Amino acid sequence: MIRAESIRKSFGDQEVLKGVDFTFEAGKTNLIIGRSGAGKTVLLKILVGLFAPTAGRVWYDDRDFSSLSKQQVRELRMEVGMLFQGNALFDSMTIEENIRFPMDMFTKMTMKEKQSRVNEVLERVSMEGINSKFPSEISGGMQKRVGIARSIVLNPKYLFCDEPNSGLDPKTSITIDELISNITDDNNITTIINTHDMNSVMEIGENICLLHQGQLAWQGNKDEVLQSDNEELHNFIFASPFLQKLVDRVGAKNI
Amino acid sequence: MYYKELVRQMYDIGLGSLPIIFLISIFLGAVTVTQFYYQMDGQFIPNSFIGYIVRDMMIIELSPTFSCIILAGKVGSNMAAEIGGMRQKEHIDAMDIMGVNTSAYLVMPKVLAAFMMIPLLVTVSAFVGIAGGYIASVPVGLFSHNDYVTGLRLFFEPHNIFIMFVKAATFAIILTSVSCYQGYFVKGGSIELGEASTRAVVYSIILILVADYIIALILT
Repeated sequence: MIRAESIRKSFGDQEVLKGVDFTFEAGKTNLIIGRSGAGKTVLLKILVGLFAPTAGRVWYDDRDFSSLSKQQVRELRMEVGMLFQGNALFDSMTIEENIRFPMDMFTKMTMKEKQSRVNEVLERVSMEGINSKFPSEISGGMQKRVGIARSIVLNPKYLFCDEPNSGLDPKTSITIDELISNITDDNNITTIINTHDMNSVMEIGENICLLHQGQLAWQGNKDEVLQSDNEELHNFIFASPFLQKLVDRVGAKNI
Repeated sequence: MYYKELVRQMYDIGLGSLPIIFLISIFLGAVTVTQFYYQMDGQFIPNSFIGYIVRDMMIIELSPTFSCIILAGKVGSNMAAEIGGMRQKEHIDAMDIMGVNTSAYLVMPKVLAAFMMIPLLVTVSAFVGIAGGYIASVPVGLFSHNDYVTGLRLFFEPHNIFIMFVKAATFAIILTSVSCYQGYFVKGGSIELGEASTRAVVYSIILILVADYIIALILT
């Protein structure tokens, strides 16, 4: 479980997050949704420790992130995996070296053990046999899978995904969503996904946090989305003209 | 991992810069000889003094300073662009999240590699420059082989070699740390990355020249 407690963040005079309280539950796919500029990425970066909040706290189970020592932060990092929007695969390394990187940094495993673990996670994301390729030699969807493989190679307790569907076609997006959801269920990890993909919301949104202008505007799960009367949620969900016409014709709750 | 990165950087900075250092040094030596031969022509100064002047010019000033100015352009801009690109593509964020000390992993191997390789490159530059002076004078008949070699052996001060190494090591630290700093803290897109690379080169060159003057004041 990860808990955001009264998180505020300002950049100069601009307050991006205005006191966000939310609990991201263990063993569930937790979604942060909202329009561009709502503060999703800033919140995610605060949760993962890349930004320090102006005020508020982040709790990893019973650990207050801001009060951890350097050594404790390093230990916590071993429990965290992150999939970046642009995958952040290192161009100069092969796929195997990319996935091995966290193990090289954190573990004293032998090379054979590391290679075996690399093959295991590549198999988990259905990407066997591409160990010696470079990131530039594989497609965007494949890079995303490799990014997921790297993020789970140390068996993390917490998985963060920043816009995992960006730049992917709808079918590949669904596959990536299913993969993240399955990994979350299989390993009982706390997964936090930052997205504005409506398909993800409706398919894997087990615990959803809607941000609007830096504040928590709505929370619930995928089954409650269409039943809600929340105006901000409604505006976000039915932003597309096609969906709006459908709502006008049959009503949101009947979709 | 750090060792592997250090070796990669040593290879890139050392072997990767050898051709350009070789090329500029040979012409530096050649120009110095030609220029001094022209300036001293008709005066009552023995030709052997040209060998002596070229030797000390290359060792004390031209090899360390010129080589490092060229390396600021080649290696410095490359480092700023590499680290800046990693910042923009979230590679540095990814490493931070993995608990990697990114400044140690990305910057230290570069600084250490430059600290070890640039003095060697400067030494090569001094030898090649002196050889360039020879090629530009003796075969074309400006003066004799004996004159040049006699000059090279004249008034040799080992302290000058020390000055050369102090300058090379200082300039190496300056150009790598300035370039890595510019890349590490880059913000924005490709235009800002280009500006950071330019700043890395310009600031490095200015600081190298300032340091050159300070070292000259202290050590001579």
